[in-house]
Amino acid sequence: MNPALLGLVTIIVGVGGCLGYFYFSNLILDKFIFPAKGPNAGVNINRANQVRPWLFLFPAIFALGLYLAYPVFETLRLSMTDRTQNDAFVGLANYQQMFGESKFWEAMRNNMLWLIVVPAASTAFGLLVAQLTDRISWGAAAKSLIFMPMAISFVGASVIFKLIYDTRPEDQNQIGVLNAIWLQFEGGAGSVIFLKVLPLIMVLAFGVIVAYVGYLLIKPFITADEKPGGLGIIAVRIIGIAVAAWLVITSIGSLFGIVATDLPYGEPQTWLTIPFYNNFFLMVVLIWIQTGFAMVILSAALRGIPEETIEAAVIDGANPFQIFFKIKVPQIMPTIVVVWTTITLTVLKVFDIVFAMTNGQWETQVLANYMFDKLFRANDWGVGSASAIIIMLLVSPILVWNVYNARKEMR
Amino acid sequence: MANLALRSLTKSYGSTEVLHGISLDVSDGEFVVFVGPSGCGKSTTLRLIAGLEETTSGIIEIGDREVNNLEPKERDIAMVFQNYAIYPHMSVKKNIAFGLRSSKMPKADKEKRIQEVAGILDMTELLDRKPSQLSGGQRQRVAIGRAMVRDPAVFLFDEPLSNLDAQLRTQMRLEIKRLHQRVGSTIIFVTHDQVEAMTMADRIVIMKDGHIQQVGTPSEVYHKPANTFVARFIGAPSMNLLPASMSGEMICLTGGRQVEVTLKELPSGKDVLVGVRPDDLLPDDVNPVISGKVTVLEPLGPETLIYVETASGEIIAEADGRSPPRVGDTVNLGAGPEHLHVFDAKTGEALT
Repeated sequence: MNPALLGLVTIIVGVGGCLGYFYFSNLILDKFIFPAKGPNAGVNINRANQVRPWLFLFPAIFALGLYLAYPVFETLRLSMTDRTQNDAFVGLANYQQMFGESKFWEAMRNNMLWLIVVPAASTAFGLLVAQLTDRISWGAAAKSLIFMPMAISFVGASVIFKLIYDTRPEDQNQIGVLNAIWLQFEGGAGSVIFLKVLPLIMVLAFGVIVAYVGYLLIKPFITADEKPGGLGIIAVRIIGIAVAAWLVITSIGSLFGIVATDLPYGEPQTWLTIPFYNNFFLMVVLIWIQTGFAMVILSAALRGIPEETIEAAVIDGANPFQIFFKIKVPQIMPTIVVVWTTITLTVLKVFDIVFAMTNGQWETQVLANYMFDKLFRANDWGVGSASAIIIMLLVSPILVWNVYNARKEMR
Repeated sequence: MANLALRSLTKSYGSTEVLHGISLDVSDGEFVVFVGPSGCGKSTTLRLIAGLEETTSGIIEIGDREVNNLEPKERDIAMVFQNYAIYPHMSVKKNIAFGLRSSKMPKADKEKRIQEVAGILDMTELLDRKPSQLSGGQRQRVAIGRAMVRDPAVFLFDEPLSNLDAQLRTQMRLEIKRLHQRVGSTIIFVTHDQVEAMTMADRIVIMKDGHIQQVGTPSEVYHKPANTFVARFIGAPSMNLLPASMSGEMICLTGGRQVEVTLKELPSGKDVLVGVRPDDLLPDDVNPVISGKVTVLEPLGPETLIYVETASGEIIAEADGRSPPRVGDTVNLGAGPEHLHVFDAKTGEALT
C-alpha cells in the first residue's frame, strides 16, 4: 500500500478507535450495566458517574502500566538474572560485576560532571539572556534565535557540532570551525591574551565566585549574629562548603596548569579525543539546546515580578546588580529550581549526544550509553539492566523534587 | 525635612504630552494631596518627583536643590506604593533594613533605627515574619516603615490605601495623619478618592488632564471651587449645576425663577451655570429657587437625599430625616444666596 494511504488509514483507525472506545464503553455503561431507568434509576446514575472517570482513564493507565510500570519491574528482575546461566537468579552479582568495571565508574564520574556543568550553565545563560533581552526592542528576535536549537533533535545537534569539531590534515582546508579558529593562533601576543590570559581571568573569576559562595555558607558558623539553621540546613551547608573547597583547589590547580601548558600551535586538533576536555565539548551541545528552554521559562518568570518591588528597590538606592541578585533572582528562585531540576533530569538520561559523537570512547562514557553498550552490544541483559536501575535511582529523587516544586509553583 | 517646588513641569510620552506645566510650592512639613480622576497625571507627577521617570521640561527642587538629574536615591525621598511593593522573599525586618543597606550608619544604630520605626508603627512583634504571613494593613505598615526608616526629606504616597477594605482604609487614613503630626515631614499623597483628600490634606491639589485645576485647603476647594470640574469632583453627592442665563444683574434659571448673586466678574456670554450643593438645597416653600417632582429617596439617617425631577434636569437635594417628602410629591427647594456658586457656562470658571 502507498505509505501516505497507510498513514491515512492509521489515523482513521486510531482516532476512530478512540472515539469508538469512549462512545461504546459509555453506551454499555449507561444502557446495560447501570441503566437509568427502572426502580434503581437514581442509584444507577450515581454509580455510572463513579465508574465513568475510570472508563476515561483506562486507556492511559493501561498504556502507562504496560510501557512504564511493567518495564521497571521487569528490568529489576532482569538485573538479578544471568542470561548465560539460563536466566538463573544470581542476586546482586551483576551489580557487583558492574561496580568492578572501571568503565562504569568513568561513566558515573562523567555523569556527575555533566550534572554539575550543564544545568548550571544552561540556567545561568538562560537567566542572563532572559534579563538582557527583557527591555530591548530586538529582544524578541534574539530570543527566537536562541530558542531555535530546542527544535533540533539531539542527534541533529550532535551532527552539527561534529562538523564544528571536525579535523582535516594540516595541509588541507579545515572545515571544522573550531580548528579553523585554532589555526589562527600561532603563539604571538594575541594567542597569549586569548589562550592564557583570558582563561586565567575566567578560572580566577570562577574560583573567586565559588570561594565567595563558600564564605557565605561558612559565615553563620564563625559570626555570632546569624544562625546556621536546622540540622538539615547545616548538613547542606557542610556539603556545599566541601564542594566549594574542592572547586577552589581545582581552580588554583588549573591556574598553574594554564600557565605551564605548552600549546601545540599550528597543529589541527582532534578535539573529541582529548580526554577530560572532550566531555565539555559534548556538554556544549546540550547547553546550546537547553539554554533556550531555560530562557523561555525564566523570561516569563522575570516578567511576572511586580514592577513596584523593582521601583521600590530603585528608590531604596539599589544598583542594577543588587536589583538583579537581591530582588529579582530571589523572587524567581522557585522557577529557577524547577528549570534546574528539569534540565538535571535531561542530563541524567543523556544518551544521543554521546552516542552520536564519541560513543563513549576517549573517556566520554555516560551511564545511558554504558547501559546501551551492555544491553544491546554486549547482549549482557544482567549488567545492562543493573545500570538502568542505577540511572532510575539517580533520577527518581530529583524527579520527585521537581514535581513537588512545580506543583508548589503552580499554587 | 524640606520644602518641595515644581516649576512648569511637563512630561511627554513620545509626542503625547500628559503633563502640561505643573507648578507648585510645598512648604516644609506640609501634607499635600494630589487628587483627580484616573489618567489626570497625578501619579505621573509623583513618579517624576521620585525620579522613576524623567522630566521632559521644568525643574523639580527638593530642599532648594535642583534634583532633575539626580538618581532617586540621591533625592532624599521615600515612596510607598499602591501594592505595597514589599520584597516577598525577605522578612519584615530585612524589608525595612534594605533601604539602610547603603548608608554608612554603624550596625548598632541601624538596628536601633529599625526598632524605633517598628515601635512607632506598632509592629515590633512582626519583625521576623515573612510578608506572606501579614494582613493587608500590616503589609501597608511595613511599606510605610520601609519609607520611614531612611528619614527622608519628602514622603511620597502613591494611592497607598486603595487596596485596603473600607474599614481598614479609614483606620490607616487616621494613622497616616497621626504619623504626619508626629514625624512632621513633608508628605505628597496621591489618591483618586476625594474623601481621603478632604480628610487628610493640609492642602489639596486637584488635577485633570495634566493640568492643575485648583490648589487650596480642603475648606477652600469645597466652599470656593475654582471651576465646575472642582465643584463636581469635591463633595459627595456632587454639586448640582443648573443652567441659567444673565439678564442684566439678575440670573434667570431655566423654569423662570430669578436669583440674585453678586458676581466678581461678568461671564463671557449670556449663559451661566448655577451650582448648589445638595446639603445647601432644602425644601423651602417661602423663597424657593427651583421646584420639581420627587423621584427617588435615599434615607441616610440624620437626613434624606431626595432626587427631584425639575425643568433643569434631575437634581439632588436634602430633606430632614424625620419627615421627608414622599416619592411623587412636588417640592419647592430653596438655598441661601451665599450658597449659590455661579460659573461661566462656556469656560466653566467660577464667577462668584
